Amino acid sequence: MTRSPTPPLWLLFSAGGTLAAFLFPIHLLLFGFVFPLGWAEPPSYEQLLALVRHPPIRLYLFGFISLPLFHWAHRFRYTLYDGLKLKHLNMLVAVLCYGTAVVLSVVAARTLLDVG
Amino acid sequence: MSTPVRYTLHHPRWYRRPVSVFWWLKKRAYIVFVLRELTSVFVALVSVLTLLQVRAILESPEAHAALMARLASPPVTGLLLVALAALVFHSVSWFNLAPRAMPVRLRGRRVPDVLVSGGNFAAWLFLSAAMAFLFLGTMTTR
Repeated sequence: MTRSPTPPLWLLFSAGGTLAAFLFPIHLLLFGFVFPLGWAEPPSYEQLLALVRHPPIRLYLFGFISLPLFHWAHRFRYTLYDGLKLKHLNMLVAVLCYGTAVVLSVVAARTLLDVG
Repeated sequence: MSTPVRYTLHHPRWYRRPVSVFWWLKKRAYIVFVLRELTSVFVALVSVLTLLQVRAILESPEAHAALMARLASPPVTGLLLVALAALVFHSVSWFNLAPRAMPVRLRGRRVPDVLVSGGNFAAWLFLSAAMAFLFLGTMTTR
């Protein structure tokens, strides 16, 4: 018998959902509205660059980007199953959803690793 | 009126009534459920946005400035407004479900759901305030 991959995938879904629930609204408010629209003085480019280059922050950013993508993959997959009744496309939907999360996580990892 | 009769594979005697693809539009609770699940699309959008921002910052000051300018355009702001509403919906529904997804026990007794959700909401408020303080308070005083 092969083991079901569901428990680890659910764990990623849950971790990503929790991270997004706590941190995403304030992050989007600051970096999607407050700074681009000039509601407040944004951090200078040098400050942002120093922040992104800081090793613990790079690790934080990787989790911040990657985990919620797996949350999306898992939730969206089942929404397609139940909402659009795509159970017969099981494999295709799963590969597309988790595959997207994996590819974007790899891009994020490579971006944050060759910061120099 | 002739809906094709379909049987479950290998169980020829089981008949399942076909359900419309739009089954979830029939009840308010179903619509809310599907909308809640779809908040994940906007969660992914913010992940991608963060990735783009990090890449722009690492690339050059010009790339970062160009991205900031693009984020300030009305269509993008409109999209982000929808995203923000979806994110808040995600947070609220997530914290409300937390006590049922992971019941907390203390000395053998189950901690009341209201306290678990309340703790989550308080932590959310605290973290958001801390982030806002970090970026608005300390960083701008040069």
